[in-house]
Amino acid sequence: MTAFQPPVDAAVLPDRFVRWFAGRGWTPRVHQLELMAHAQAGRDALLIAPTGAGKTLAGFLPTLVELAETGGRSNIGVPGIHTLYVSPLKALAVDVARNLERPIAEMGLPVRVEGRTGDTPAARRKRQKERPPDILLTTPEQIALLIGDPSAGRLFETVKRVVVDELHALSPTKRGDQLALALARIRALAPDVVTVGLSATVSDPDALRRWLVDPRRGRPLAELVQIAGGAAPDISIHQTDERLPWAGHGGRHALGAIYEEIKRHKTTLLFANTRAQAELTFQELWRINEDTLPIALHHGSLDVGQRRKVEAAMGEGRLKAVVATSTLDLGIDWGDVDLVVHMGSPKGASRLLQRTGRANHRLDEPSKAIMVPANRFEVIECEAARAAALAGEQDAEAAKPGSLDVLAQHVLGVACGGPFDADALFAEVTSAAPYADVDRATFDDVVAFVATGGYALRSYERFAKIRKTKDGLWRVSNPQVAQSWRINVGTIIEATTLKVRLAKARRSKAGTVAPGGFGGRVLGEIEEYFVETLTPGDTFMFAGEILKFDALVDTDVYASRSTSDAPKVPTYVGGRMPLTTDVAARVRGIIDDRASWPQLPEQTREWLGLQQRRSLIPEPEQLLVETFPRAGKNFLVAYTFEGRLANQTLGMLLTRRLERAHAAPLGFVASDYCLAVWALRDMSAMIAGDLLSLDALFDQDMLGDDLEAWLEESALMKRTFRNCAIIAGLIERDVIGAKRKTGRQVTMSTDLIYDVLRRHEPDHVLLRAARADAARGLIDLERIVEMLARVKGHMVHKPLSRVSPLAVPVLLEVGREPVYGASQDALLKLAADDLVAEAMAED
Amino acid sequence: MTIRSARLTHDAIEPTLGVAGVALVADPLGALYEPGSGALIVADLHLEKGSSFARRGQMLPPYDTATTLGRLARLIATHQPRVVIALGDSFHDDGGPARMHEADRAAVAALQRGRDWIWIAGNHDPAPPAGLGGEAREVLALGALMLRHEPTAGAAPGELAGHLHPVAKVAVRGRSLRRRCFATDGARVVLPAFGAYAGGLNVRDRAFHGLFAAEAFTAWMLGDAGVYAMPSWGLRPD
Repeated sequence: MTAFQPPVDAAVLPDRFVRWFAGRGWTPRVHQLELMAHAQAGRDALLIAPTGAGKTLAGFLPTLVELAETGGRSNIGVPGIHTLYVSPLKALAVDVARNLERPIAEMGLPVRVEGRTGDTPAARRKRQKERPPDILLTTPEQIALLIGDPSAGRLFETVKRVVVDELHALSPTKRGDQLALALARIRALAPDVVTVGLSATVSDPDALRRWLVDPRRGRPLAELVQIAGGAAPDISIHQTDERLPWAGHGGRHALGAIYEEIKRHKTTLLFANTRAQAELTFQELWRINEDTLPIALHHGSLDVGQRRKVEAAMGEGRLKAVVATSTLDLGIDWGDVDLVVHMGSPKGASRLLQRTGRANHRLDEPSKAIMVPANRFEVIECEAARAAALAGEQDAEAAKPGSLDVLAQHVLGVACGGPFDADALFAEVTSAAPYADVDRATFDDVVAFVATGGYALRSYERFAKIRKTKDGLWRVSNPQVAQSWRINVGTIIEATTLKVRLAKARRSKAGTVAPGGFGGRVLGEIEEYFVETLTPGDTFMFAGEILKFDALVDTDVYASRSTSDAPKVPTYVGGRMPLTTDVAARVRGIIDDRASWPQLPEQTREWLGLQQRRSLIPEPEQLLVETFPRAGKNFLVAYTFEGRLANQTLGMLLTRRLERAHAAPLGFVASDYCLAVWALRDMSAMIAGDLLSLDALFDQDMLGDDLEAWLEESALMKRTFRNCAIIAGLIERDVIGAKRKTGRQVTMSTDLIYDVLRRHEPDHVLLRAARADAARGLIDLERIVEMLARVKGHMVHKPLSRVSPLAVPVLLEVGREPVYGASQDALLKLAADDLVAEAMAED
Repeated sequence: MTIRSARLTHDAIEPTLGVAGVALVADPLGALYEPGSGALIVADLHLEKGSSFARRGQMLPPYDTATTLGRLARLIATHQPRVVIALGDSFHDDGGPARMHEADRAAVAALQRGRDWIWIAGNHDPAPPAGLGGEAREVLALGALMLRHEPTAGAAPGELAGHLHPVAKVAVRGRSLRRRCFATDGARVVLPAFGAYAGGLNVRDRAFHGLFAAEAFTAWMLGDAGVYAMPSWGLRPD
C-alpha cells in the first residue's frame, strides 16, 4: 500500500477486509474506496471504468462491509434484502454470484447471496419471498414482477442499496425505462436506498448520473467515480494475400491465418456480428481444424443447455476458442482470454473497445485484438473504427424519453402490487429520469388506457382492469388481471421462433422423412421468417452444421444432417448492428481523401480505382446517384453516407415519390453508406427523357406530408405498434402466437388493430407511443434534413449499363422494407403473370 | 374456373368467377356478387370481436364493428344487391348482438332497408342475432349454389362457404405478399373473412386439404384495387 497510496482514507475498510486484500496480494483501489465512501455517506454514485478494472467488486464492497459489521441482516432477526443487483443478462448474475462467493467464503462473512431469473424454479422463488437473501442478483423483468407482487412492500422496505450493472447498455432501452420506474417505486418503499451504477466508458456520463438519482432528494446528479483507461489496446487489421471478397460478411478467406493465431494463443474469443456469420466461422474453423482443437459456438439461438455447457467449459479453461455473437458482449468474466478476433467490422468504437477488453482482463496489460474485414468495403470501415477507438472516441448515445407503453405496463404492475393514488404515482413516475418530462395529461391518458383502453368511445367501462374506488385509490378489478399481467411482464418482444429438431433418419421409399421419424433432438430455435423462405430440400447452416430442411410440423422445424458442403440458403438475419455515425463519417473521409488510399490494402485500392473509372468517386459535398439495370430490375443507388437509419427513412420517402413519378418502385435496401431502390421502369431513361428529376426527387419538401403519410402506412410503424401493443398490455403475447399451437385457429393480427385505431383515434396514447419509438429509434430525421439542404444543387447522376463497384455491397445487404400502395397491386399482377408464364412455358 | 370478363368499377379489377356454372363477381373488398339473383355474399364478419376481447381484459379499439359495417355499406352502394347473405360467424360470440352500440345497430337497420338479409349460422354464432332484422338459416340454396358456414369435407359442387378465413401468400421478385383471398377450384368457393379484426389462415394449411379436387385450386388474392388469380402450386405456406 505504499506505492499507490490512495487519496481516500483506506480506514473506511474494516481490518478483515484489509487483511483479505493483503492476503491476495491486492491493494484496495482508489475507486473502490471512493465508491465505499459515497455509499457510506448515503450518496448515489456512478462508477465508470473500462473492462477489467474490478467494477463488480467495487459495487459490492460497501454492501459486504456493512453486512460484515451488522453480522448479516438475516442473522439478527431482520430478514430482508439488503442489496439488489440488477444486470441485463441472466448469465451475468450467475457470473457475479461466482465472483462474490470467494470473498464471502474467505472472509467468513455471514452473507447469503441468491440469484433470481426467469430460470429460477418456482419453489425457490417462493422461498425467496418468504426468506429473502441478503443480496439478490436479478434482472429488470424480475424486479418488475416483484413490484407487482402483493408482498412488494415487505420485500423492498429493507433494501439499502441497488447496484445496476452495465448501466450504459440498459439505460437507452425499454428495459432501462422499466428499471428506472421500478427504482422510483423502490425508493417509495425504501426511503434510505442508495444506488450504485456500473458502466463502461460513455460519451455522456451526466445522463447516467441523472438516471441514478431522484432529484426530489436534492442532488440532481449521482457522484461520479471514474477510472482512467488502462494500457492502450493492441488492435491490428488482418492483412491477406488471398482475394478479398467484393461483398459478404463471412470472412472465410482469413480463417486459415486465424486458425494459426488460435494455436499460438491460450484462449481466443471470436466475435461475429450476426448468428449467420458465427455459424459460418465455426463451420469453417472445424473444416480446417486438423489438430481437433476444442473450439465451441455460442449464440442466442442455441439450446440453453448447450450454451451453459460452453460457458462452463470456457470458465474452466477447457476451450481453445469460442465463436460468439453479442450474447457475450457484456461483462462476463471468461477466464484467460488472450486474443479477441472481430469477424467483420465491430461497427462502432465503443463496441470495438468493449469486445477487445475481453482479452487480458487486467488493466495494466494491453488487450490484443485482430479485426478481420470480410470484404473490400469493410477494410475501410475497420480502419475507421480503429482510428476512432484509438482516438478515445465513444459512441454517442443520446438519453431518450421513456416509452409510454412501458409506463402502461408499470402502472398496471403497481396496481397489482397494491392500491395506488394517482397523484402520488405521477410524482413518483416523473422522478425517474426517462419520465421527467411526462405531463399530467399524458400520465392520465396512460392510466385511462390501462383501465379501459382509453378510447373516446367509452364502451369498455364495465370491463375495466383497474378502477378508482371510493377512497380515491386505484385497484385491480379482479385477480385474473394480475395473473395475466404477470404472464406478460417484460419489454423484450422476441421474433416468433420455431424449434429446430434433428429428424431421426427413418426414411420412406420416396426419400422423404416418414412422419413416424419425427420427434428428434432439439438443436435450438430459429426465426419464423427465415423458415418461411425455405422449401423442403433446401440446405442451411444451423448449430454449426449444414442441415436439410425436411418439414414444418406445427411449431417444429424438422431438419436432417446434410452431406452438402455449402448451404443453399446462405444466410439468415439475426442481431445486425447499425454503424455508428462517427465511424460512418470517418469512412467517408477515407474514401474522399485520395492521399490516404495508398495505405489501404491493394484490393481495396483497386476497387476504389475501378469505381473511379466506371462511375465516379463523389466529392465531399456531392451526392452521387447511379442508375443501372440488373437482373430484370432497374436500380437507383444514392450514396449519402448518413447511416443506416437515415438511409432507411430516405428509402421509404424516395419509393413514395418514385411511385408518384410512375417508376413503379418495388423495394429498397439501405446500408450505412447508401440506399438502393429498384423499380420496374428504367429510371436512367426516365431521367434522360425528363420524366424524372433528381432535384425534385431529393427536394426537402419530402419531409412534410410524404414523411407523415409514409410513416403511418409503413411496415416499420406496424411492427413498432405491435411491440408497443404487447408491452402496454393491449394484447397478450400468447394471442399473437396462437395460430400454430392450435393448428387452424385464426390469429389476431395487430396490423388490423392498427388500421382501425389509426382511422378512429389517430391521437390515441398507444399510437403516440409507437410514433415516438419510430421517430426516436427507427428513423433519423435530423441527418436527412441536413443532408437534403447540403446536397441541393450538388447532385451528380451517373447512368450506367451495369452495377457499379461501389454498389455491390449494398445490393447484397438484407433487410428490405416492403413498398405499400399501388405497387403491391402491380406486384400481385406480376406474380400472377410470372406464374402463368411459368405454367405455359414449354419444357 | 376462368376469367370470363373484367368488369371495371371504381378502377377495380373485378373478375367473374365461375362456380358450378354460376357467374360470381369477386369484389376486392372480399365479397361475391351474384348478378342473377342480386345476392351479395360475405363471410365471417366477426362483429363485436373487439368487445369480446375486452371482456377478457384486452381492450382492443372498439371500432371494429363500425369499420366492418362501413365496408359493407360501400359494397352495398356499389352492387345495390336485392339480398345480403352473411355466411356465418357474423358475430364473434353469442353475446355480440347485445354489446352492439346503438349507432351500429342503426347502421345495420339502414343497410337492411329495402332488401332481404339472411344470417347463416356459424360456429361462433349458432343462434340468430337477437334484435336485428333479417332471417336466420342453417344453410341456403341459391339456384345451383349451396351456401353454408363451414365447408363440407370432400367434394361439394356449388358450395359457397367461409369459416376458414383463407389468405394466400406469394413470393415475387424477392418480396412476399400475404393477402386475404377467395379459394376456388371452379366447383366450390371458400370466401375470405370480411371482419376488420378477422385474421387469416394460409390456404396451404392442412385445414384446406380435401376441399379441392387433386388439391388444385386458384387463390383470388385481394389487392387494394383488384383481385388477382394465383394457381395453388405457386403459393407459399406461412
